[in-house]
Amino acid sequence: MEFAELIKTPRADNVVLHRPFHLAVEGTLCLTGHHLIFSSRRQDNAEELWLLHSNIDSIEKRFVGSLGTIVIKCKDLRIIQLDIPGMEECLNIASSIEALSTLDSVTLMYPFFYRPMFEVLEDGWSSFLLEQEFELLSSVTNEWRLSCVNKEFSVCPSYPPVVIVPKSIDDEALRKVALFRHGGRFPVLSYYHKKNGMAMMRSSQPLTGTNGRRCKEDEKLINATLRSGRRGFVIDTRPLTVAQQARAKGGGFEQEVHYPQWRRIHKYIERFNILQESFIKLVEACNDQSHNMDRWLSKLEASNWLTHIKELLTAACLAAQCIDREGASVLVHGSEGTDSTLQVTSLAQIILDPRCRTIRGFEALVVREWLQAGHPFQQRCAQSAYSNSKQKWEAPVFLLFLECVWQIHRQFPCSFEFNEHFLVLLFEHAYASQFGTFLGNNESERAKLKLPQKTMSLWSWVNRPEELSRFQNPLYEANSLVIWPSVAPQSLQLWEGVFLRWNRPSRFLEEAEEERINIIKYNKELQAKVNALRRQLAEMETDGEVQGEE
Amino acid sequence: LLQVEQVKLLDRFSTSNKSLTGTLYLTATHLLFIDSSQRETWILHHHIAAVEKLPLTTSGCPLVIQCKNFRIVHFVVPRERDCHDIYNSLLQLSRTAKYEELYAFSYNPKQNESEQVKGWQLIDLAEEYKRMGVPNDYWQLSDANRDYKICETYPRELYVPRTASKPIIVGSSKFRSKGRFPVLSYYHKNKEAAICRCSQPLSGFSARCLEDEHMLQAISKANPSNRYMYVMDTRPKLNAMANRAAGKGYENEDNYSNIRFQFVGIENIHVMRSSLQKLLEVSGTRGLSVNDFLSGLENSGWLRHIKAVLDAAVFLAKAIAVESASVLVHCSDGWDRTSQVCSLGALLLDSYYRTIKGFMVLIEKDWISFGHKFSDRCCQLDGDPKEISPVFTQFLESVWNLTEQFPQAFEYNEAFLLQIHEHVHSCQFGNFLGNCQKEREELKLKEKTYSLWPFLLAEQKKYRNPLYNPDFSPELTLLEPNTVSFNFKFWRNMYHQFDRSMHPRQSVLNLIMNASEQNKQLEEDIKELEAKIKQRNGRSDVVLVKEQEQTAHPALVALKSPPCFQKEQPPMPVNDAVRTIEGSNTADNRYSELVSEFSKAEPAVVSLEYGVARMTC
Repeated sequence: MEFAELIKTPRADNVVLHRPFHLAVEGTLCLTGHHLIFSSRRQDNAEELWLLHSNIDSIEKRFVGSLGTIVIKCKDLRIIQLDIPGMEECLNIASSIEALSTLDSVTLMYPFFYRPMFEVLEDGWSSFLLEQEFELLSSVTNEWRLSCVNKEFSVCPSYPPVVIVPKSIDDEALRKVALFRHGGRFPVLSYYHKKNGMAMMRSSQPLTGTNGRRCKEDEKLINATLRSGRRGFVIDTRPLTVAQQARAKGGGFEQEVHYPQWRRIHKYIERFNILQESFIKLVEACNDQSHNMDRWLSKLEASNWLTHIKELLTAACLAAQCIDREGASVLVHGSEGTDSTLQVTSLAQIILDPRCRTIRGFEALVVREWLQAGHPFQQRCAQSAYSNSKQKWEAPVFLLFLECVWQIHRQFPCSFEFNEHFLVLLFEHAYASQFGTFLGNNESERAKLKLPQKTMSLWSWVNRPEELSRFQNPLYEANSLVIWPSVAPQSLQLWEGVFLRWNRPSRFLEEAEEERINIIKYNKELQAKVNALRRQLAEMETDGEVQGEE
Repeated sequence: LLQVEQVKLLDRFSTSNKSLTGTLYLTATHLLFIDSSQRETWILHHHIAAVEKLPLTTSGCPLVIQCKNFRIVHFVVPRERDCHDIYNSLLQLSRTAKYEELYAFSYNPKQNESEQVKGWQLIDLAEEYKRMGVPNDYWQLSDANRDYKICETYPRELYVPRTASKPIIVGSSKFRSKGRFPVLSYYHKNKEAAICRCSQPLSGFSARCLEDEHMLQAISKANPSNRYMYVMDTRPKLNAMANRAAGKGYENEDNYSNIRFQFVGIENIHVMRSSLQKLLEVSGTRGLSVNDFLSGLENSGWLRHIKAVLDAAVFLAKAIAVESASVLVHCSDGWDRTSQVCSLGALLLDSYYRTIKGFMVLIEKDWISFGHKFSDRCCQLDGDPKEISPVFTQFLESVWNLTEQFPQAFEYNEAFLLQIHEHVHSCQFGNFLGNCQKEREELKLKEKTYSLWPFLLAEQKKYRNPLYNPDFSPELTLLEPNTVSFNFKFWRNMYHQFDRSMHPRQSVLNLIMNASEQNKQLEEDIKELEAKIKQRNGRSDVVLVKEQEQTAHPALVALKSPPCFQKEQPPMPVNDAVRTIEGSNTADNRYSELVSEFSKAEPAVVSLEYGVARMTC
């Protein structure tokens, strides 16, 4: 297919762009296969707006006489309005945008066409291999092994080719366990707590069904993570009733009789359409400037968004608590083990593991616990808060995770190497990107699409020193401790950097942030200089003494 | 002095009944609790708003103390007899009948007499009016109230339009509640427009007063740049109309020439009092859910009121800055809502009030001198509980909201606002005692007590906003806050100031403040070191030093050097002081509530108990 077929009017002049808190600008609008480009013709202050079609969540058009207006709502929650003279041009442009922003073939997406303008110093596709992770693990324990049982994605289609499992469990047993777990997602190592040797595993629900099927290998597998005489915790992200109902459909949960060494805790985390609805409601509330205080607060409440945040943080803290304070191993799962499970395991690691609070470590976490672990990004992030399609599989699962990280970041502003912009960046790229990183639903699909060969990795770009510097937190000082956030409602806040980003003037806040950075930078410079001068003086003094002695 | 041992101090929000054991002392002025690790908790008796004895439990007799600074402490006293004694003593000590018994009259900060006098002279309102540009061709100092004959609750020195003669003043004052006739509150010298304040007119359904009409006309005419003036009634229209039945009310536009009358709808002191009460009930709930918090916040109406106050101030400031129109502000008596709106309006108009000294001046002028009834509103003496209202707290909260929106516009930080709030209720200094200037003079406060301001100035390092940029807004340019609802946030550091477990574990503000302080010290050190090197090596090293200066980043140039720094302490080493993570333990953080939650579903659950982890990094 040629994109040109979809573009009947590639260019329109005298278009007026409206954005909140900006003056309206007149300029020229161009459509390409992957971008909407607006450039103002003003000489003194030429500005260009490049918008990926894939970033467009919905468009609305209306007419007043022959002047057409298109309102474009983006997946990053921005809303812009274009006034286009000429009814036909406007209609053409609107239908082109609609078609180009909803291409159904992945291989037509921009990442397959994007040619980077930068030199690749390190190929992000091979920056975070599980083998490296295992090497690190091997230096502290020999209880685990790397298994290639899923090499051809034959045992579990949503798992990566290699996984880490207890050493005492062979591949044959893994195959059997895979048959006992939803989607073949047998328990694998998610995190090893060096401090006390406890492990966090993740999986999907066991397929016990109504007649209480059991699988000896499954029991043996998870028992292998326990110290003798100690108990472990299964954190089930469904309420007990839902877990019980799941048995009728062949699913289920670990029953006490067969798993006597495990205590099961049901910690409910909301999923799919409920989250999507919540997301839509929250964005709606934030976008309406006319709400009076009561209405705003009741809309914020009705969205339930902060409740989800609190529940999720609480569940993650619980998992972390079991591992760090109880000295117990933990298995986390919900139904499929691709959403709430990953939210809990990845957030628990942010709390427990200082490495995950560095930039590299956080990237590795996202790769390991989200991309390789088979969170279906393409389905979940197909549309954002403005979409009308309301497909069952769309849900801001990853955004919720990012926001929880932000909430912890706010409470421990010096313990993270990255800043808020880094989290916002990941949110944007998960929904629309020139990079191939978040395409596909799992490693198997990514391999079929040959993403590593055909597209650029986000990490190749972001880890370049000049980019990295934008995402560094100047207040960072490595904190080797477990960080326990407060989950009291009074301690949680709306993530303004995402939800109010386009709805309020931000200049003063940005300038203040810059000033903060300046003070810290200046402080470091002065300290370096004082040290250099002291050294110089000390050298002079010893020189003087030597001379004196002579 | 009462002393009880083995008293337990419970954590307000912990569900695991974690407690500290220690000894409780009652002194003449404070309640003191020293726990086993020698940490001290001091509570001033005047700060106590309520004491409550709860039903006896197996571990002893619980005693809950609520303070005016929103601290809530929960003690368990082993013997009921002791608890009863403490309870009775606290009731007596916290309820004072006479001003002379307040702490300020016994507080001795070791200042000599001349320091005390100088302290009271620090804020000079005559000087402040001069700064604004009055007296001038249009405004003059009136001696009408020299002996408090016209209005007891106004200060002696009042500024009025030159054309307002004494008979007009007297006539107008007789037509206004409590004699509070229109006077100047703030003069904007660039726009030649004025903020004036007064109380409601005694208009009833039809009464008029020619002198009052003249008075308004005089104000209008004192502004050469605009013919009309605004009259802002800060009450909801319904309340103002109801007042007419009592012979009070609001200005009839037909009777006054060239006025534009406007209601702005701020609720009265009783609504505000119960709103705060509701807010505190919600925020004090254990195991609060997000939705209960948000709906509680909504039902309390608290943020709605804060928004109403700030909206009114924005309206006022815009009338002056955009239309160059003078504005007359009133409510009923003109000492609550009027003080809020006039002071916030001036704060938006004039950057001076965004400095530490300027803010003190603003409070002295619009709150203290114009008779905001601090004694009644803050319940300094045992009096009518219906007079208590958090009007001044709302003012501080509005300012805090502004500092959040304009992080570089204010010389002071949140700690400054919190400290002022603390002392409005502490009765430790004389400034806020009593209800008006006349009363303060009768109490001889300037001889018998000390002024708060010099003490705050002496420790201004703590209150300085490290991001402050004096050039942020040039003199007399309007600060225009965005008052869309989502900009207003719950002020956690006010209402949970003492609930450390709810705060961020690392404070960016403290970190930046320390770095900023340290920078000044480092700059000094560098000068000193360079001088030493130069001295040691003679001229040959000058080149070397210069070179080093150039290697420092260019960003350095852009940084301003903050004014007047007192170099008394070495700056705190950043690592030790700031990176202490307080209260970072799971029990504090209330996941423990989970334990009970899942134990309901499955009774055989293990109890997760944790020790306190003090984290230092």
